[in-house]
Parts: sequence; structure tokens; C-alpha cells
Amino acid sequence: MNIDAFRKIEERAFYALAALLGLVVLIGLGAAHYMETHGHVVTGMTNQIVWGLPHVFAVFMIVAASGVLNVASIGSVFGKPVYKARAPLSALLAIALLAGGLTVLMLDLGRPDRLIVAMTHFNFKSIFALNVILYTGFFAIVAAYIWTMMDRKVKGFSKYAGFSAFIWRLALTTATGSIFGFLVARQAYSSAILAPMFIIMSFSYGLAVFIVVQSFMYAWNGLTLDEAILRRMKNLLATFVGAVFYFTIVYHMTNLYFAKQWDFERFILLDGGIFTTLFWVGQIAIGTLIPLAMLLHPTLGINSKSVLFSALLIILGGFAQLYVIIIGGQAFPLSIFPGMQETSTFFDGAIHHYNPSLPEFLLGLGGIGIALLITTIAVRILHFVPQDDFHHVSKDALTD
Amino acid sequence: MSNNVDKTPDSKSHDSSRRQFIGYGAAAMAGLAIAPGITLFDLAHGRAPEEAASSKVRWGMLIDSGKCATGCNDCVSACGKENGFSGSRETDSQWIRKVEIKDLRNGQSHSLPMMCQHCEHPPCVDVCPTGASFKRADGIVLVDRHICIGCRYCMMACPYKARSFVHEELQDQNPDVPRGKGCVEACTLCVHRVDRGGQPACADACSAAGHNAILFGDLNDPNSEISKRVATLATTQVRGDLGLNVGVRYQGI
Ligand code: SF4
Ligand code: SF4
Repeated sequence: MNIDAFRKIEERAFYALAALLGLVVLIGLGAAHYMETHGHVVTGMTNQIVWGLPHVFAVFMIVAASGVLNVASIGSVFGKPVYKARAPLSALLAIALLAGGLTVLMLDLGRPDRLIVAMTHFNFKSIFALNVILYTGFFAIVAAYIWTMMDRKVKGFSKYAGFSAFIWRLALTTATGSIFGFLVARQAYSSAILAPMFIIMSFSYGLAVFIVVQSFMYAWNGLTLDEAILRRMKNLLATFVGAVFYFTIVYHMTNLYFAKQWDFERFILLDGGIFTTLFWVGQIAIGTLIPLAMLLHPTLGINSKSVLFSALLIILGGFAQLYVIIIGGQAFPLSIFPGMQETSTFFDGAIHHYNPSLPEFLLGLGGIGIALLITTIAVRILHFVPQDDFHHVSKDALTD
Repeated sequence: MSNNVDKTPDSKSHDSSRRQFIGYGAAAMAGLAIAPGITLFDLAHGRAPEEAASSKVRWGMLIDSGKCATGCNDCVSACGKENGFSGSRETDSQWIRKVEIKDLRNGQSHSLPMMCQHCEHPPCVDVCPTGASFKRADGIVLVDRHICIGCRYCMMACPYKARSFVHEELQDQNPDVPRGKGCVEACTLCVHRVDRGGQPACADACSAAGHNAILFGDLNDPNSEISKRVATLATTQVRGDLGLNVGVRYQGI
């Protein structure tokens, strides 16, 4: 595998792909414009479900952004050559996903035109404001990290930059998880387990995204990924998926332990309609059990196509999981008068309904388009494709 | 920026076309960045314009659900008329609503109005990234409609579902109460009336209907009617377990 092979990405295919992604981005921006001019009344969001599909997309991308950097961290911080070769791509994906996620988040604001206000007025007590600072810092640190990896003159700093990025991203994901953890009155989010759960979710989604992009790049260049490398990455992925599964069980078990949370658990696990289906079919079956079985299977687990397929399922399961957490958590009514039955014109005490609209979906898709467009262009102009130089990789570095 | 400073402006700017102008354009936003003091509540007549809301006062309400009549909606209609909202679709603003509650143990029911509880430790203010949600020194919790970016985090954080997001363009607004698409809003305790020495429209309407279920007053003044009643009667803070020390108290639930 040499650089030249990778740099010969066919010109035409590249432009076609870039144009297609550009179109997805444009459609997303158009959808956002439509939402802004007409107001959120054209979305499925209401005063009961205040965060909708755009948040699901945005949170997925932001969480995956910090997780995808894991690949680089394992390389730089823990000194594993196979991962080190993938560090630049991992860092690039982190920036691209964060850019996509933040764009969606921003365009879903009631007043996206007030970006300057958001940048100049800080309430330092707000975890949201803290997130803005952490996101900005993440861009800077990861960009510096990429620079230290690409420029031989500053290569010596790569390890430090990698370490800073590693710490920063843990803080970032904790803060993202805490956005929900701070909502003490909402039963879905009052669990302390949410922040660590977001970290482990980020590992899983991030690595799944990495594997998908990497598979695509190898296929594009007519290359095959070395089996030893594939084996390691899929083992790591399986570990992360298993860990998310474990946290999910703990989250629901602790909720079941508190009698006041039973109603909520009943809603999600048994009679929550779409949310129950998404939980069991989307998150548990498609996003956890099937990919886990495939990844751990003796033959499927080392077939690059089925590993790719598992990674795609994990991404789908991730969306289902975030949909259940974000929207399911709001659909269940707030208990303003515990122990009482509540009714009102403002839908107190009632399960809230949400019908996502097309513009919201297109906006979310546009965010993914942004992430992929950045990746596609950057990969073409810079050297981001993993270069495994096996002469320099000792055998034991490949076996763990 | 501290959250409980009084941001009520020096109110030299009554001109509503100017306010309109502020609504648009980047130039105006830059202006806002350096003049966060220009807020919506620029008609402060109850006290001298340059006089800040005082922390000696804590405005609050005591709602007697025993007097509140099931089926009566006068406070809600009065609020809608005063502040310019109507409708009860899922996307419509409802600063105040009538809630019917039924105790599942003894089957007793109560009717009561629910609105922003004007918390002393408001979660909406804590989470607001820009500081648009703020608490005045006199305890009234407001949204500065020129700084709100419409992120809706405050709506997620409020334990009382007291806030609404403006989902579409509005018409025929009360100039005293500027509202706007894309921003979050909630009960202001009729701050424009209070600052002129009046009381919230809901309280007036309830008295007018002869129910007198809503008592407005200064919780910090030991001689006020509300303080006396809070001191002597069994009153409740809704979700008192959250420790927010709300300014709206209930009686009879
Ligand atoms: S009731 Fe809700 S909106 Fe009102 S001050 Fe408390 S948290 Fe804020
Ligand atoms: S919607 Fe407005 S008031 Fe509410 S938290 Fe966001 S910026 Fe603050």
C-alpha cells in the first residue's frame, strides 16, 4: 500500500461524489432556511417535544466525533502502530463530524441568525455554554494535532497534541452527556449514569463510523485491509458495543430500582409504541445483538464486508438509541404533581406525540453531508489514507 | 454576567420602530452585544426609570385552589388578552393554563392555574447559554427576547413546563409585551403592570370573577397580605422537593 495508489482516486468519481454530497448539503441548508422563515411550526416539534430529529442527528455526530478520535488516541497515547497509521484519518473525521453536528444544532435554533449573540454572551453556569467552549477548543486542538502528524518539523509534538486531544474529548463527551444529566425534573435524564454512558456510546459510534469510512476508502482504491488489522478493529468494536449494552442495562435497572421511575420504564420498555419498538428492535436487536453476533462469529467476524455491515447496523442502532433517549425522554410527561393525575389544555399528564417532518430530516441529512464532504475533499488533497508499513510493525504489535 | 442583576433598562428608548430594527440584521446584533441592557421591558413607570428593581421586594403569588373554580378559565383568557396569545394547539404558547389534578389515593380533585413559578433558583436561568433567561432582583424571572437564541434548553430544564416557544410569525402584538418568532417566552408576572404599580392580569381577572383565588404581593414584606397568609396557613410549593424556592405558592392542595 503506498501513497501514490491512494492519491490516484479517480478524478471523475471524486467530482461526482463531491457534487452529490454538495447537493445533500444544499438541500439541508434549504430545509433550514424553510424552517427559519416559517418558524418551527413546519416541523414536528411542539411545546411538548421541544427537541426533535435535528437534535438526534446533531447529538449523534457530536458524540461520534469525539469517539472517532479514539483511534488516534490509541495510536498516539498508547503507542499502537496500527492505530497510529490511522490517526490522521481519525482526527479528520472528528473535525468533520463535529462540524456537521454543530451546523445542524445551530440551524435548528429558533434564531440561527443570532450566532454572534451566542458567541458573545456567555452564561458560564450553563453547561450549554461550556459545551460551546469545549467544541471550539476541540476544533483547535484536533487541527493542531493533525498538523503535528502531517508536518515533519513539528512531529515531535504529536504525542502531546494527541494526549491533549484525548483528554479534551473525554471532557467534551462528558459535557455533552451532562446536557441531559442537568435536566433533573425529567425522569429520563435524572440518572448520573448518563454522562459515562455517553462516553462509551461515543467510542462505539465513533469506531463504527471510522470502519465504514475506512472500508469505503479501501474499496475506492481497490485495496483490501489486512486481516490482522481488521480483526483487531472489529474486536475493539465488539468490546465497545458490549459496553454500551452493559450501560444500557444498568441505566434501566437503576431506574427500575426506584419505584417512582417505574412508569417511565414501563413506557420505554413495554407500552411506549414507537419508542418501545425503537428500543427493542432498533437499539437492542439491530444495533447491539445482531452486530455483536456477527463480529464475534469466527468467519463473519473476519470478513470485511460483514464487519462493514455490522458497523452500519451499529450506526443505525445508535440513531435509534438517541431517538429513544432524546425524544422518548420528552414524550413521557413531566410529573408536576407526583401521585396525582393531571390534565390540562397544555397536555399535562399526557404522552406527547411527535411526527418528524421532512425539513427536519433533510436538515439532519445535510449535516451528515457536511461531514462527508469535508472528509472527501480533505482526503483527496491531503494524505489521510492509512498507510500501514509492515516492515516497521513488529509482529507482537499486531497481536492483542 | 451575573444572573440576578437587574437588566431592566434605563428606558430612554420607547420607540418601537427601533425595537423592530433590533430584530433584524447583523449590525443590530453587534449593537446588542455591547448593549445587553436594552431589553423588552422598557416601560418602567411604577418606579423611576433609572431606579433598578429592588431586591428588597420579592414578588409572588398565592393561589388558593379551594377558591379556584373548575371550568373557570378567566385568568387564562385575561393573560392571553394582556400578553397577546391564544389557541391551544401543541405549538401555541400557553403562559398560564388551568390544570385539573386528582389525588390517586383519595380521589380528591383540584383545579388550579399553573404558570412560571418564578423560582428563586431557576433551572431555566442556570442552563441558558446566553444569559437571556434571567432573574430580576425582585424575583421575577424573564427572558430577554433580544438575546434568546431559541435553543429551548430552558424548556427542557423547567420542571413546570412553564415555557413556550414561538413557533410562527405573530401579529397584532401588545407593544408593552414584545414577543417574537424563534424565541422562548413565559409568564412575566405582568412585569409591565407591576412596574407601574399594578398587579398581574390573571389576579385582576380572578377577582373580577369574584373568586379571589390569586393573591399577588411582596413575599419579603412581613406586613403584606401574602406574607401573612404564607406565614399562617399551610401553603405548598409545587415540586418543593427540588428546592427551587418558588415565588408562586399554592394553598389547599
Ligand atoms: S418555573 Fe420554570 S420558567 Fe419559571 S423560573 Fe422556574 S424554571 Fe424558570
Ligand atoms: S431558548 Fe432562549 S431563554 Fe431559553 S435557554 Fe435558550 S437562549 Fe436561553
